[in-house]
Amino acid sequence: MLKILRYSFFDLMRSRWSYVYFAFYLLLGIVLLFLNNDLSKAVITLMNVIIVLVPLIGTIFGVMYYYNSKEFTELLLAQPLKRSSIFLGQYLGVAISLSMSLIFGLGIPFIAYGLFKSNAIWDFSLLLITGTFLTLIFTALAFNIALTNENKIKGFGYAILLWLFLAIIYDGLFLMSLVLFEDYPLDKLSLVGTMLNPIDLSRTLILLKLDISALLGYTGAVFKKFFGTNFGLIISFIMLSIWVVLPVLRIVIKSKKKDF
Amino acid sequence: MVSIENLHKKFNKNVVLNGVDLNIKEGGIFAILGPNGSGKTTLIKSILGMVIPNKGTINVLGKNIKNSSSYRHKIDYLPQIANFPSNLKVKELIKMIKDLRGHTNEDQRLIERFTLEPFLDKKLGNLSGGTKQKVNLVLTFMFDSPLIILDEPTTGLDPISLIRLKALIQTEKTKGKTILITSHIMSFVEEVSDEIVFLLEGQIYFKGSISELKNKTNQPDFEHAIASILIENHA
Repeated sequence: MLKILRYSFFDLMRSRWSYVYFAFYLLLGIVLLFLNNDLSKAVITLMNVIIVLVPLIGTIFGVMYYYNSKEFTELLLAQPLKRSSIFLGQYLGVAISLSMSLIFGLGIPFIAYGLFKSNAIWDFSLLLITGTFLTLIFTALAFNIALTNENKIKGFGYAILLWLFLAIIYDGLFLMSLVLFEDYPLDKLSLVGTMLNPIDLSRTLILLKLDISALLGYTGAVFKKFFGTNFGLIISFIMLSIWVVLPVLRIVIKSKKKDF
Repeated sequence: MVSIENLHKKFNKNVVLNGVDLNIKEGGIFAILGPNGSGKTTLIKSILGMVIPNKGTINVLGKNIKNSSSYRHKIDYLPQIANFPSNLKVKELIKMIKDLRGHTNEDQRLIERFTLEPFLDKKLGNLSGGTKQKVNLVLTFMFDSPLIILDEPTTGLDPISLIRLKALIQTEKTKGKTILITSHIMSFVEEVSDEIVFLLEGQIYFKGSISELKNKTNQPDFEHAIASILIENHA
């Protein structure tokens, strides 16, 4: 698996898109720091960008890589290699190279600005950790979609729909359900609802860490009581890990049964 | 060498293999023939484990191949259409396959045989179909495996490379290897193969030597013998 990972990783590292992605984050980091002149504020703005952009890039890149490397995959399938190691190797190659672009692209300007001397370092690390989790989750979901759909156009369509659903539509439905059932106690429900969507979960996790939960009123207090504690933090990370593990498991199972 | 029992495979509703029983003994050249869509490639891909059968068992070298991957160390496979990652150089691809399968020195000799030296630093995406097929042949023959599977090996080759390929196949045969070939070029099949397996509508229609086939169909030459099977069965 490590060999495949290495080939996929270097294959991607040589491609233009990794550099574009890296350069984008580098630029974003520099511009935000320049405009805000404040690390904490830059982290908040970054969060808003990352929460939406990382899943989008992860899905699109994952689907694109799978379809583009079809020939490579077929070549590998005839070699004495396990199917699970072929697909997991490719998946990790994509996910790790995307995560590296994110971590280095944002890390370099922030470190240059004096991240280590400020107290925003934990907030910033949390941002990068959730960003990496989101990359792992959405690349895995993208591989699932691509494995299930032979048709490229369909695959891309489903991938975009998935992103749209989790990043935007889910929130809308969630909000509507809160308005509809406002007469009932909804603390638990909204907690669960947040947990079930990795994008919402990451957003809440960072927002509450940034100590701006006071702006969220009563719900904010409930959330703070849960996510603010170590217990909440651990549960959240467990949820994010489950979001990684389940799609990865499905990649393994699905790839074992597929015809090429 | 390879034994297949009651193999069934369908893609959605399209039945491709419908109860194939086949025994291929060690040593010799076997040609798998059949009209378009008769399941030749599916049969080969099942042996390679790229297609998962719905029913039936396949044994390669006495071992069931289900859920196994290490048996592919014993197989050299030449895919039908040489689809390679287009941004890799020829040299890099050969190195990569060596890295994945183990060390070999045969590649140098094969590169010379097919005069591929001028293309080693070129990207695979920029090669012509015939040159890609030569690279494909190098990748297949550079390992010394007892079973060789060639899916349409003659595609795109110029006459001189074709002669070299035939010579190569004969040398491998004298080493006692088992070689499976599919091809639509009947003269090529007639020239190289010891025994033929004829697939029709997902089943083995005929297995035996070329002269047996000529007798069975009462035809003087091989090409007409094949054609007469096809006409009889309205395929």
